[in-house]
Amino acid sequence: MKNKVPKEFLSPLAAGLGLGLALMFMFLITGHGLGANGFFIRLSAWLSNTVVPLWTENNNFFYTMRGDGNPLNAWISWEIAGVALGALAGSLMSRRFRFKIERGQSIGRITRLILAISGGILTGFGAQLARECTSGLGLSGGATLSVAAFVFLIAFFVAGIVVSFISRRIWQ
Amino acid sequence: MNFPLEYTSGSMIIIGGFFFGYFLEVSGLGSPRKLNAQFTFRDWSIFKVMFVAIVVAAVGLWLFDILGWVRFDALRVQTTFFWAMAVGGALLGAGLAVGGYCPGTSVVGFFSGRLDALFFMIGMVIGAWIFAAGFDDLQGLYLAAKGVNRETLSTLTGLPTWLILLFLSGIALVGFKMGSRIEAQENSVIKAADLDR
Repeated sequence: MKNKVPKEFLSPLAAGLGLGLALMFMFLITGHGLGANGFFIRLSAWLSNTVVPLWTENNNFFYTMRGDGNPLNAWISWEIAGVALGALAGSLMSRRFRFKIERGQSIGRITRLILAISGGILTGFGAQLARECTSGLGLSGGATLSVAAFVFLIAFFVAGIVVSFISRRIWQ
Repeated sequence: MNFPLEYTSGSMIIIGGFFFGYFLEVSGLGSPRKLNAQFTFRDWSIFKVMFVAIVVAAVGLWLFDILGWVRFDALRVQTTFFWAMAVGGALLGAGLAVGGYCPGTSVVGFFSGRLDALFFMIGMVIGAWIFAAGFDDLQGLYLAAKGVNRETLSTLTGLPTWLILLFLSGIALVGFKMGSRIEAQENSVIKAADLDR
C-alpha cells in the first residue's frame, strides 16, 4: 500500500459544500443534524452495564442515556456505520488508506498512543459536559444558528490554540 | 413537502452518515496532523470546511423554511448552558491538541487506517465513564447559566435571520481569504503526500 501515490485532498470549498448538503439532508430526514459523541456515550454506558451492571443501573447520567441498552438501537449508531463506510470509501478510492500510527517525528509510537488516550479522555469528559461534540453541537447547532453552537465553537478554537502553544511539538 | 421526516433508523441515516464521513476524509480531516495545523494557523482546513458547511446548511434550511417545506420548530435547536458548553468546548479543543481528534474525526481516522484513532476512542469511552461517575457532583457546572430555550443568534440579537446569514457568510469569506493568504505565505498546507513522510 505504501508505494501507491495518494490522490490529493478535495479543496476545502468543495468539501465544505458537500458536508453542508449532507448536514442539511440529515436535518430534513431526521429533524436533527449530524453527530458522533452520542455513539460513544452509549458505548460507554453499554460497556459499563456489562462490567458493573448494578452501579450503571443506579448512575444518574447513564440511567438517562442508556436508552434500550443496546447501542445499535439508536439513530446515531446507524449514522456512525455510515461515517465508517464513507471514510473507508473515501480513503480507498483515493489510495490514501494507510495502516499506521500517525504522529509527529519528535515523539515515538508508544508516547503517541498514550497521548491519544489522554486526549480521548479529555474529549470524552468534555463532550458529556457540553452535551455534544464538534459535529453535534458546533456543526449542527451552527446550521440552526443556535447560540449554544457559537459558545462551544469559540471555546473550542481558543482552547485548542492555547494548548497548542505547548503541544505543537507533538505534531511536528 | 413536509420535512423533517423524523426517521430514527434505516438506510437513509446510513447514507447521511456516509457523506459526513466521506467529506471529512476527502478534505483531509481524518489526519491528526492536518487537524492540529489549524491551531497553529498553518492549515485552515477545519475552519474552511466547517464554516462553509454551516453557511450552506443554514442558508438551505432558511430557504426551505421560507418556502414552507420544513417545519423549523420541529428541528432540533440546542439550548445554551453557557459554562458547561464553554468548558466542554475548551476540553474538546485541548483534547484535539493533545490527542489529535474530535469524536467524529476519530471515526474517520480509524476507518482510513489509523490505529492511534482507536486509542483516542478508547480514551473517549473512559472519559465519558469518568463524567458519569462524577455526574452528581458536576450538577452545578452542568446546569449553570442556562439560556432561553432554543435561543438562536436571531432571537438573541433581534435581527432578521437573513442578516445573520449575511454576517456569517461574511465571516466565512474573510476567514477563508485570510487563511488562504497565510497558507500561501508559509507554504504550510498539509497535502496528502506529506502524510506519507
